[in-house]
Amino acid sequence: MTTADLLRANLLSPYVLAFGLGLLARLVKSDLALPKDIYTGLSIYLLFALGLKGGVELSQAPLGEIALPAVATIALGVVTPLVAYAVLRRLGRMRPVDAAAIAAHYGSVSAVTFIAAQTFVRSVGESPEPYLATLLALLESPGIAVGLGLGLLAVRGADRPVGGVMREVFTGRTMLLLVGGLAVGALTGKSGYEPIAPFYEGLFRGALTLFLLEMGLLAAERLADLRKVGGFLVAFGVAIPVIHGALGAWAGTVAGLSVGGAAVLGAMAASASYIAAPPAVRMTLPEANPTYYLTASLAITFPFNLVAGIPLYFWFAGLFAR
Amino acid sequence: MAATSLRLVTIVAEPVLEPRLVRDLKSLGASGWTLTETRGEGSRGMRASDVPGAGIRLEVVTSAPLAERIVAHVAEHYFPNYAVIAWVATVDVLRGEKYV
Repeated sequence: MTTADLLRANLLSPYVLAFGLGLLARLVKSDLALPKDIYTGLSIYLLFALGLKGGVELSQAPLGEIALPAVATIALGVVTPLVAYAVLRRLGRMRPVDAAAIAAHYGSVSAVTFIAAQTFVRSVGESPEPYLATLLALLESPGIAVGLGLGLLAVRGADRPVGGVMREVFTGRTMLLLVGGLAVGALTGKSGYEPIAPFYEGLFRGALTLFLLEMGLLAAERLADLRKVGGFLVAFGVAIPVIHGALGAWAGTVAGLSVGGAAVLGAMAASASYIAAPPAVRMTLPEANPTYYLTASLAITFPFNLVAGIPLYFWFAGLFAR
Repeated sequence: MAATSLRLVTIVAEPVLEPRLVRDLKSLGASGWTLTETRGEGSRGMRASDVPGAGIRLEVVTSAPLAERIVAHVAEHYFPNYAVIAWVATVDVLRGEKYV
Protein backbone atom coordinates (compact mmCIF):
# COMPACT_ATOMS: atom_id res chain seq x y z
CA MET A 1 0.00 0.00 0.00
CA THR A 2 1.23 3.52 -0.79
CA THR A 3 1.13 6.28 1.81
CA ALA A 4 -1.85 7.82 0.03
CA ASP A 5 -3.70 4.49 0.19
CA LEU A 6 -2.99 4.22 3.90
CA LEU A 7 -4.29 7.73 4.51
CA ARG A 8 -7.41 7.06 2.48
CA ALA A 9 -8.08 3.76 4.27
CA ASN A 10 -7.77 5.57 7.58
CA LEU A 11 -9.90 8.58 6.61
CA LEU A 12 -12.76 6.42 5.38
CA SER A 13 -12.81 4.18 8.45
CA PRO A 14 -16.00 4.41 10.52
CA TYR A 15 -13.96 5.61 13.51
CA VAL A 16 -12.53 8.69 11.83
CA LEU A 17 -15.85 9.43 10.13
CA ALA A 18 -17.73 9.14 13.44
CA PHE A 19 -15.24 11.53 15.03
CA GLY A 20 -15.82 13.92 12.13
CA LEU A 21 -19.57 13.63 12.62
CA GLY A 22 -19.15 14.58 16.27
CA LEU A 23 -17.12 17.65 15.28
CA LEU A 24 -19.72 18.60 12.69
CA ALA A 25 -22.58 18.19 15.16
CA ARG A 26 -21.04 20.74 17.51
CA LEU A 27 -20.11 23.12 14.69
CA VAL A 28 -23.69 23.26 13.40
CA LYS A 29 -24.85 23.62 17.03
CA SER A 30 -26.85 20.40 17.01
CA ASP A 31 -28.39 19.34 20.34
CA LEU A 32 -26.63 15.96 20.03
CA ALA A 33 -24.96 14.96 23.28
CA LEU A 34 -24.02 11.56 24.62
CA PRO A 35 -25.34 11.21 28.18
CA LYS A 36 -22.44 11.42 30.63
CA ASP A 37 -23.18 7.98 32.07
CA ILE A 38 -23.10 6.35 28.64
CA TYR A 39 -19.75 8.01 27.91
CA THR A 40 -18.39 6.72 31.22
CA GLY A 41 -19.90 3.28 30.56
CA LEU A 42 -18.36 3.07 27.09
CA SER A 43 -14.93 4.04 28.39
CA ILE A 44 -15.17 1.39 31.13
CA TYR A 45 -16.19 -1.20 28.55
CA LEU A 46 -13.37 -0.30 26.15
CA LEU A 47 -10.66 -0.28 28.81
CA PHE A 48 -11.79 -3.51 30.46
CA ALA A 49 -12.13 -5.25 27.10
CA LEU A 50 -8.62 -4.08 26.24
CA GLY A 51 -7.24 -5.38 29.54
CA LEU A 52 -9.04 -8.75 29.33
CA LYS A 53 -7.97 -9.49 25.78
CA GLY A 54 -4.41 -8.38 26.53
CA GLY A 55 -4.33 -10.54 29.66
CA VAL A 56 -5.45 -13.68 27.81
CA GLU A 57 -2.70 -13.12 25.24
CA LEU A 58 -0.20 -12.34 27.97
CA SER A 59 -0.88 -15.70 29.60
CA GLN A 60 0.43 -17.34 26.43
CA ALA A 61 3.39 -15.05 25.72
CA PRO A 62 6.80 -15.97 27.05
CA LEU A 63 7.85 -13.35 29.61
CA GLY A 64 11.28 -12.91 28.02
CA GLU A 65 9.66 -11.69 24.80
CA ILE A 66 8.03 -8.73 26.48
CA ALA A 67 11.01 -7.57 28.59
CA LEU A 68 12.74 -5.41 25.97
CA PRO A 69 9.57 -3.72 24.66
CA ALA A 70 8.60 -3.02 28.30
CA VAL A 71 11.94 -1.32 28.98
CA ALA A 72 11.58 0.69 25.74
CA THR A 73 8.07 1.76 26.79
CA ILE A 74 9.12 3.00 30.22
CA ALA A 75 12.09 4.82 28.66
CA LEU A 76 9.66 6.54 26.27
CA GLY A 77 7.50 7.52 29.25
CA VAL A 78 10.48 9.33 30.78
CA VAL A 79 12.01 10.81 27.62
CA THR A 80 8.88 12.17 25.89
CA PRO A 81 7.83 14.58 28.68
CA LEU A 82 11.41 15.89 28.84
CA VAL A 83 11.45 16.51 25.08
CA ALA A 84 8.05 18.23 25.27
CA TYR A 85 9.19 20.35 28.22
CA ALA A 86 12.39 21.44 26.48
CA VAL A 87 10.51 22.42 23.31
CA LEU A 88 7.87 24.36 25.25
CA ARG A 89 10.46 26.23 27.30
CA ARG A 90 13.08 26.90 24.60
CA LEU A 91 10.97 27.44 21.49
CA GLY A 92 7.66 28.41 23.03
CA ARG A 93 9.06 30.46 25.92
CA MET A 94 6.25 29.18 28.09
CA ARG A 95 6.23 29.53 31.86
CA PRO A 96 7.92 26.52 33.52
CA VAL A 97 4.72 25.47 35.26
CA ASP A 98 2.66 25.57 32.04
CA ALA A 99 5.38 23.70 30.16
CA ALA A 100 5.50 21.03 32.89
CA ALA A 101 1.71 20.65 32.92
CA ILE A 102 1.61 20.15 29.15
CA ALA A 103 4.64 17.80 29.31
CA ALA A 104 2.79 15.57 31.80
CA HIS A 105 -0.02 15.15 29.25
CA TYR A 106 2.33 14.37 26.35
CA GLY A 107 4.38 11.95 28.45
CA SER A 108 1.30 9.94 29.33
CA VAL A 109 -0.85 8.08 26.83
CA SER A 110 -4.34 8.14 25.32
CA ALA A 111 -5.96 4.71 25.40
CA VAL A 112 -8.35 5.58 22.58
CA THR A 113 -5.45 6.55 20.33
CA PHE A 114 -3.88 3.18 21.18
CA ILE A 115 -7.08 1.34 20.26
CA ALA A 116 -7.42 3.32 17.03
CA ALA A 117 -3.80 2.54 16.12
CA GLN A 118 -4.22 -1.16 16.87
CA THR A 119 -7.41 -1.26 14.81
CA PHE A 120 -5.71 0.56 11.93
CA VAL A 121 -2.64 -1.67 11.70
CA ARG A 122 -4.88 -4.75 11.79
CA SER A 123 -7.02 -3.32 9.00
CA VAL A 124 -3.95 -3.02 6.75
CA GLY A 125 -3.10 -6.66 7.33
CA GLU A 126 -0.51 -6.45 10.12
CA SER A 127 -0.73 -8.53 13.27
CA PRO A 128 0.74 -6.46 16.10
CA GLU A 129 2.05 -8.27 19.18
CA PRO A 130 -0.87 -9.28 21.39
CA TYR A 131 0.78 -8.03 24.57
CA LEU A 132 0.72 -4.35 23.55
CA ALA A 133 -2.04 -3.60 26.07
CA THR A 134 0.49 -4.37 28.81
CA LEU A 135 2.76 -1.69 27.37
CA LEU A 136 -0.17 0.73 27.40
CA ALA A 137 -0.55 0.18 31.15
CA LEU A 138 3.19 0.77 31.63
CA LEU A 139 3.18 4.01 29.69
CA GLU A 140 0.40 5.82 31.51
CA SER A 141 2.02 6.94 34.77
CA PRO A 142 5.77 7.62 34.24
CA GLY A 143 5.06 10.63 32.01
CA ILE A 144 2.64 12.12 34.54
CA ALA A 145 5.19 11.64 37.33
CA VAL A 146 7.98 13.28 35.30
CA GLY A 147 5.74 16.20 34.29
CA LEU A 148 4.58 16.79 37.86
CA GLY A 149 8.19 16.56 39.05
CA LEU A 150 9.26 19.24 36.55
CA GLY A 151 6.37 21.40 37.68
CA LEU A 152 7.22 21.01 41.35
CA LEU A 153 10.77 22.16 40.65
CA ALA A 154 9.25 25.29 39.15
CA VAL A 155 6.96 26.10 42.08
CA ARG A 156 9.15 24.74 44.89
CA GLY A 157 8.27 25.55 48.45
CA ALA A 158 4.53 25.16 48.18
CA ASP A 159 2.95 22.15 49.88
CA ARG A 160 1.60 19.79 47.23
CA PRO A 161 -0.40 16.57 47.56
CA VAL A 162 1.90 14.71 45.12
CA GLY A 163 1.83 11.34 46.91
CA GLY A 164 -1.95 11.38 47.04
CA VAL A 165 -2.22 12.50 43.43
CA MET A 166 0.07 9.73 42.13
CA ARG A 167 -1.89 7.24 44.20
CA GLU A 168 -5.05 8.52 42.49
CA VAL A 169 -3.41 7.99 39.09
CA PHE A 170 -2.58 4.39 40.02
CA THR A 171 -6.03 3.68 41.44
CA GLY A 172 -7.93 5.76 38.83
CA ARG A 173 -10.36 3.93 36.58
CA THR A 174 -8.01 3.78 33.59
CA MET A 175 -5.25 1.96 35.45
CA LEU A 176 -7.58 -0.15 37.53
CA LEU A 177 -9.56 -1.44 34.54
CA LEU A 178 -6.50 -1.95 32.39
CA VAL A 179 -4.28 -3.64 34.97
CA GLY A 180 -7.25 -5.40 36.59
CA GLY A 181 -8.42 -6.60 33.17
CA LEU A 182 -4.93 -7.86 32.34
CA ALA A 183 -4.87 -9.82 35.60
CA VAL A 184 -8.35 -11.27 35.11
CA GLY A 185 -7.54 -12.20 31.51
CA ALA A 186 -4.19 -13.74 32.43
CA LEU A 187 -5.75 -15.77 35.25
CA THR A 188 -8.74 -17.06 33.28
CA GLY A 189 -6.75 -17.84 30.14
CA LYS A 190 -8.27 -18.72 26.79
CA SER A 191 -10.82 -21.25 28.01
CA GLY A 192 -12.22 -18.93 30.65
CA TYR A 193 -12.33 -16.00 28.23
CA GLU A 194 -14.14 -17.82 25.44
CA PRO A 195 -17.67 -17.68 26.92
CA ILE A 196 -17.46 -13.89 27.49
CA ALA A 197 -15.55 -13.14 24.29
CA PRO A 198 -18.66 -12.35 22.17
CA PHE A 199 -19.50 -9.39 24.42
CA TYR A 200 -15.95 -8.03 24.56
CA GLU A 201 -14.96 -8.63 20.95
CA GLY A 202 -18.11 -8.62 18.86
CA LEU A 203 -19.24 -5.25 20.20
CA PHE A 204 -15.81 -3.67 20.64
CA ARG A 205 -15.48 -1.85 17.33
CA GLY A 206 -19.06 -0.64 17.42
CA ALA A 207 -18.57 0.78 20.91
CA LEU A 208 -15.34 2.42 19.76
CA THR A 209 -17.23 4.13 16.90
CA LEU A 210 -19.79 5.57 19.32
CA PHE A 211 -17.04 6.65 21.71
CA LEU A 212 -15.26 8.49 18.91
CA LEU A 213 -18.48 10.31 18.06
CA GLU A 214 -18.43 11.67 21.61
CA MET A 215 -14.71 12.47 21.30
CA GLY A 216 -15.61 14.58 18.26
CA LEU A 217 -18.15 16.49 20.34
CA LEU A 218 -15.61 17.02 23.13
CA ALA A 219 -12.87 18.16 20.76
CA ALA A 220 -15.23 20.58 19.00
CA GLU A 221 -16.13 22.19 22.32
CA ARG A 222 -12.50 23.19 22.67
CA LEU A 223 -12.03 24.48 19.11
CA ALA A 224 -13.02 27.99 20.21
CA ASP A 225 -10.04 27.93 22.60
CA LEU A 226 -7.59 27.43 19.72
CA ARG A 227 -7.42 31.19 19.27
CA LYS A 228 -6.71 31.65 22.98
CA VAL A 229 -3.76 29.24 23.06
CA GLY A 230 -1.95 30.83 20.11
CA GLY A 231 -0.13 29.60 17.04
CA PHE A 232 2.83 28.11 18.86
CA LEU A 233 0.78 25.61 20.84
CA VAL A 234 -1.17 24.59 17.72
CA ALA A 235 2.11 23.92 15.91
CA PHE A 236 3.41 22.10 19.00
CA GLY A 237 0.31 19.90 19.09
CA VAL A 238 1.07 18.67 15.58
CA ALA A 239 4.89 18.64 15.61
CA ILE A 240 5.51 16.97 18.97
CA PRO A 241 3.42 13.87 18.19
CA VAL A 242 5.41 13.43 14.96
CA ILE A 243 8.70 13.57 16.92
CA HIS A 244 7.41 11.32 19.70
CA GLY A 245 5.80 9.01 17.15
CA ALA A 246 9.09 8.60 15.26
CA LEU A 247 10.89 8.03 18.58
CA GLY A 248 8.32 5.42 19.64
CA ALA A 249 8.33 3.58 16.32
CA TRP A 250 12.14 3.54 16.38
CA ALA A 251 12.32 2.35 20.00
CA GLY A 252 9.78 -0.35 19.20
CA THR A 253 11.77 -1.54 16.19
CA VAL A 254 15.00 -1.63 18.22
CA ALA A 255 13.22 -3.57 20.97
CA GLY A 256 12.22 -6.18 18.42
CA LEU A 257 8.57 -5.37 17.77
CA SER A 258 7.01 -6.14 14.38
CA VAL A 259 6.19 -3.26 12.01
CA GLY A 260 2.59 -3.22 13.28
CA GLY A 261 3.69 -3.33 16.91
CA ALA A 262 6.27 -0.58 16.46
CA ALA A 263 3.64 1.58 14.73
CA VAL A 264 1.25 1.14 17.67
CA LEU A 265 4.03 1.96 20.15
CA GLY A 266 4.76 5.04 18.04
CA ALA A 267 1.12 6.10 18.26
CA MET A 268 1.19 5.53 22.04
CA ALA A 269 4.28 7.71 22.46
CA ALA A 270 2.77 10.34 20.15
CA SER A 271 -0.53 10.52 22.01
CA ALA A 272 -1.40 12.85 24.86
CA SER A 273 -3.49 11.87 27.86
CA TYR A 274 -6.81 13.60 28.45
CA ILE A 275 -8.42 11.37 31.10
CA ALA A 276 -5.77 10.50 33.71
CA ALA A 277 -3.45 13.51 33.41
CA PRO A 278 -5.80 16.53 33.65
CA PRO A 279 -7.10 15.96 37.20
CA ALA A 280 -3.64 14.96 38.45
CA VAL A 281 -2.11 18.12 36.98
CA ARG A 282 -4.94 20.34 38.14
CA MET A 283 -4.52 19.11 41.71
CA THR A 284 -0.74 19.38 41.82
CA LEU A 285 -0.01 22.33 39.55
CA PRO A 286 -3.06 24.60 39.85
CA GLU A 287 -1.00 27.59 38.66
CA ALA A 288 -0.83 26.07 35.18
CA ASN A 289 -3.51 27.21 32.76
CA PRO A 290 -5.84 24.24 32.02
CA THR A 291 -6.91 25.74 28.70
CA TYR A 292 -3.39 25.13 27.36
CA TYR A 293 -3.04 21.45 28.20
CA LEU A 294 -6.64 20.45 27.53
CA THR A 295 -6.87 22.22 24.19
CA ALA A 296 -3.49 20.94 23.00
CA SER A 297 -4.18 17.33 23.90
CA LEU A 298 -7.88 17.10 23.03
CA ALA A 299 -8.45 19.56 20.18
CA ILE A 300 -5.11 19.35 18.37
CA THR A 301 -3.09 16.22 19.07
CA PHE A 302 -5.90 13.68 19.38
CA PRO A 303 -7.55 14.57 16.03
CA PHE A 304 -4.14 14.85 14.34
CA ASN A 305 -3.11 11.39 15.49
CA LEU A 306 -6.45 9.87 14.57
CA VAL A 307 -6.52 11.31 11.06
CA ALA A 308 -2.88 11.56 9.91
CA GLY A 309 -0.57 10.50 12.74
CA ILE A 310 -1.37 6.79 12.93
CA PRO A 311 -0.77 6.07 9.21
CA LEU A 312 2.39 8.19 9.45
CA TYR A 313 3.79 6.17 12.40
CA PHE A 314 3.02 3.01 10.47
CA TRP A 315 5.04 4.38 7.58
CA PHE A 316 7.89 5.30 10.00
CA ALA A 317 7.86 1.77 11.42
CA GLY A 318 8.13 0.38 7.89
CA LEU A 319 11.18 2.59 7.22
CA PHE A 320 12.91 1.64 10.47
CA ALA A 321 12.32 -2.06 9.88
CA ARG A 322 14.37 -1.97 6.68
CA MET B 1 -40.62 24.23 67.01
CA ALA B 2 -37.96 26.76 68.04
CA ALA B 3 -35.36 27.70 65.44
CA THR B 4 -31.72 28.47 66.22
CA SER B 5 -29.78 31.14 64.39
CA LEU B 6 -26.76 29.49 62.71
CA ARG B 7 -24.53 29.94 59.64
CA LEU B 8 -24.86 28.29 56.25
CA VAL B 9 -21.51 28.10 54.46
CA THR B 10 -21.78 27.52 50.70
CA ILE B 11 -18.72 26.69 48.60
CA VAL B 12 -19.01 26.41 44.81
CA ALA B 13 -15.90 24.88 43.30
CA GLU B 14 -14.41 22.96 40.39
CA PRO B 15 -14.87 19.18 40.56
CA VAL B 16 -11.26 18.11 41.25
CA LEU B 17 -11.48 19.80 44.64
CA GLU B 18 -14.30 17.59 45.92
CA PRO B 19 -12.28 15.05 47.92
CA ARG B 20 -10.00 17.69 49.40
CA LEU B 21 -12.78 20.07 50.39
CA VAL B 22 -14.77 17.31 52.07
CA ARG B 23 -11.68 16.14 53.95
CA ASP B 24 -10.89 19.72 55.01
CA LEU B 25 -14.45 20.33 56.26
CA LYS B 26 -14.37 17.22 58.39
CA SER B 27 -10.96 17.96 59.86
CA LEU B 28 -12.03 21.52 60.68
CA GLY B 29 -14.91 20.05 62.67
CA ALA B 30 -18.03 20.25 60.50
CA SER B 31 -20.58 17.65 61.58
CA GLY B 32 -22.00 17.12 58.10
CA TRP B 33 -22.21 18.42 54.56
CA THR B 34 -24.41 18.36 51.47
CA LEU B 35 -23.04 18.22 47.95
CA THR B 36 -24.78 18.92 44.64
CA GLU B 37 -23.45 18.95 41.09
CA THR B 38 -23.70 22.27 39.30
CA ARG B 39 -23.08 24.06 36.05
CA GLY B 40 -21.97 27.63 35.64
CA GLU B 41 -19.59 30.19 34.33
CA GLY B 42 -17.29 32.63 36.08
CA SER B 43 -14.11 34.64 35.77
CA ARG B 44 -12.12 31.45 35.13
CA GLY B 45 -14.46 30.38 32.34
CA MET B 46 -16.97 27.57 32.00
CA ARG B 47 -16.13 24.96 34.60
CA ALA B 48 -17.72 22.23 32.53
CA SER B 49 -15.32 22.83 29.67
CA ASP B 50 -12.14 22.65 31.72
CA VAL B 51 -11.17 19.46 33.52
CA PRO B 52 -14.15 17.25 32.68
CA GLY B 53 -16.94 16.96 35.22
CA ALA B 54 -19.66 19.16 36.66
CA GLY B 55 -18.91 21.80 39.27
CA ILE B 56 -19.77 21.12 42.90
CA ARG B 57 -21.74 23.05 45.51
CA LEU B 58 -20.93 22.13 49.10
CA GLU B 59 -23.19 23.32 51.90
CA VAL B 60 -22.55 23.14 55.62
CA VAL B 61 -24.72 24.36 58.51
CA THR B 62 -22.55 25.29 61.46
CA SER B 63 -21.75 27.72 64.25
CA ALA B 64 -20.54 31.25 63.48
CA PRO B 65 -16.92 30.68 64.64
CA LEU B 66 -16.52 27.46 62.65
CA ALA B 67 -18.09 29.09 59.59
CA GLU B 68 -15.43 31.78 59.80
CA ARG B 69 -12.65 29.21 60.11
CA ILE B 70 -13.95 27.28 57.10
CA VAL B 71 -14.13 30.38 54.91
CA ALA B 72 -10.66 31.51 56.00
CA HIS B 73 -9.26 28.04 55.21
CA VAL B 74 -10.87 27.98 51.75
CA ALA B 75 -9.65 31.50 51.02
CA GLU B 76 -6.09 30.67 52.00
CA HIS B 77 -5.75 27.34 50.21
CA TYR B 78 -7.97 27.55 47.15
CA PHE B 79 -8.76 31.12 46.15
CA PRO B 80 -5.39 31.86 44.49
CA ASN B 81 -5.40 29.10 41.87
CA TYR B 82 -8.76 27.40 41.65
CA ALA B 83 -12.24 28.35 40.51
CA VAL B 84 -13.95 28.69 43.91
CA ILE B 85 -16.45 31.01 45.46
CA ALA B 86 -17.71 30.85 49.05
CA TRP B 87 -20.26 32.73 51.07
CA VAL B 88 -21.83 32.64 54.51
CA ALA B 89 -25.49 33.28 55.25
CA THR B 90 -27.31 33.48 58.56
CA VAL B 91 -30.06 30.88 58.66
CA ASP B 92 -32.71 29.85 61.19
CA VAL B 93 -32.35 26.12 61.59
CA LEU B 94 -34.71 23.62 63.21
CA ARG B 95 -33.09 21.24 65.70
CA GLY B 96 -30.15 23.69 65.77
CA GLU B 97 -28.39 21.83 68.57
CA LYS B 98 -27.42 19.12 66.06
CA TYR B 99 -25.05 21.42 64.21
CA VAL B 100 -23.05 23.10 66.95
